[in-house]
Amino acid sequence: MKETFDVAIVGAGPAGISAACILADAGIRTIVFERGEYPGAKNLSGGVLYGHNLAQILPDYVERHCPVERNIVESRVWYLSRESGYNLGYRDSVFAADRKYNAFTVGRAKFDRWYAEQARMKGALVVPSTVVVDLIRNGHGAVAGVVTGRTDGEVQAKITLLADGVNSPLATRAGFRRELAPEEVALAVKEVIELPGEVISQRFCVSGTEGVTAEILGEIAGGMDAVGFLYTNQSSLSLGLGANLADFAAFKLKPYELIEAFKQHPMIAPLISGGKTLEYTAHWLAEGGYDTIPHLYGDGYLIAGDSAMLFNALHREGNNLAMASGKMAAEAIIEAVHRGNFSRKGLSGYGERLAGSFILKDMKKYRKFGRFLYQHKEIFDRLPALSSFAAREMLTVNGVAKNQKQRLIGREFRRQGMSLFRLLRLLWQAWRAVK
Amino acid sequence: MSMPLEGKLFLDRFKVDEESHLRIVDGEKCFKECEGQPCLHLCPANVYRLEEGDRISVNYEGCLECGSCRIACRHLNIEWRFPRGGYGISHKFG
Repeated sequence: MKETFDVAIVGAGPAGISAACILADAGIRTIVFERGEYPGAKNLSGGVLYGHNLAQILPDYVERHCPVERNIVESRVWYLSRESGYNLGYRDSVFAADRKYNAFTVGRAKFDRWYAEQARMKGALVVPSTVVVDLIRNGHGAVAGVVTGRTDGEVQAKITLLADGVNSPLATRAGFRRELAPEEVALAVKEVIELPGEVISQRFCVSGTEGVTAEILGEIAGGMDAVGFLYTNQSSLSLGLGANLADFAAFKLKPYELIEAFKQHPMIAPLISGGKTLEYTAHWLAEGGYDTIPHLYGDGYLIAGDSAMLFNALHREGNNLAMASGKMAAEAIIEAVHRGNFSRKGLSGYGERLAGSFILKDMKKYRKFGRFLYQHKEIFDRLPALSSFAAREMLTVNGVAKNQKQRLIGREFRRQGMSLFRLLRLLWQAWRAVK
Repeated sequence: MSMPLEGKLFLDRFKVDEESHLRIVDGEKCFKECEGQPCLHLCPANVYRLEEGDRISVNYEGCLECGSCRIACRHLNIEWRFPRGGYGISHKFG
């Protein structure tokens, strides 16, 4: 390939395709490289997507038959000990009406393929089964295109957008991003479990196309700093479990054994009962937060989405940050193309847009959150069992006076090093990490 | 009805390349310098397995391409790249 493009995009995920749509709409010659057999083949998330950010790129995504699994009307948060747990849920019919598709589940293999097809129809060239292995540099060190794994695989481009995902060996190799440390990512495994749609609707108390999400915390992975999720798709459930990678290395627990144990939990087992696992996958969550974001643009290049570590762990938002950053990158590229300035200065509109948007504002707000969880293992080992003990005692009707029960609970908390003072300090620190 | 890892990986769709995209750079290092050998535990596809005679085999065919082995190896002893274009896992649902 000796063709020249205005823009080369590495990765056909939410960031890359969002940028491709905007660029193609502006008549900019754009090529997208995807290492998978098809867009989506390598892509994975829990499965929740946000309509707002998608509509900013494709206002008519519903009419374009976006492959929605279920529209989320209820969000649950569970705090589990080994054999019991708390459940806090919020259901609102506004999410079935005026704010429909605020959040919805998707299967990324289907969604990303569909999304890339929209970019292709707008005029972007999408090339699957092609790994970008290096970047072309001009005499001044500016990025001037990509080197693919194909023979004669150099493609010149005025600007290159790296949207190649959380691993991004390309950004590391080019020196745009340092290699991540284990504590900066969470490793998650996921199973898609098939069940008839009407069974799912019954078990989660929703009608046909409505769905529920559950975010799960607590002692769900042997005391590691872990998160889990259970999301409803049309005729399957997405069950996932992840933990900080440094914890995985230290605890020597096996991800595939943990998810098996997770499936046996009394809060989960009845919901997936009778289901058949269809797929088992693994992926990182870019949990490092604000302080791991690399410099996001330079001479001839920009970085967006997971490759740029844009991820809001507290609100399980990732692909909306990818879409929005892809869009902002595209807008900055359009400015650069019109001015004929592809240098770092010419692309600075990207940095300004990101800084002014929810992306960097949210990430800055929660910059201490990841470290807070990582440094407070009691949230994942002692506290789940203690809080379950408290609920179990208070709910057991056995003729013991409530005052006496309260003292018993207090004593047990103190015995395990969780005095009222420590609890309050934990709450205060949690507040400081998210305020 | 616990499902073994082999059963899980059997459900996935892989297009296996002839050549591995993962390589242990210096096999001796794993036994002389690495104490915890995290690759043996944290890989979600159990790609790295302890074999007889102090050797770790690399069963790259079932790799889920997460990248964990690469950064968890404190000795930077794992050469990790993406499989060639179109090879490796292809998610059916994702």
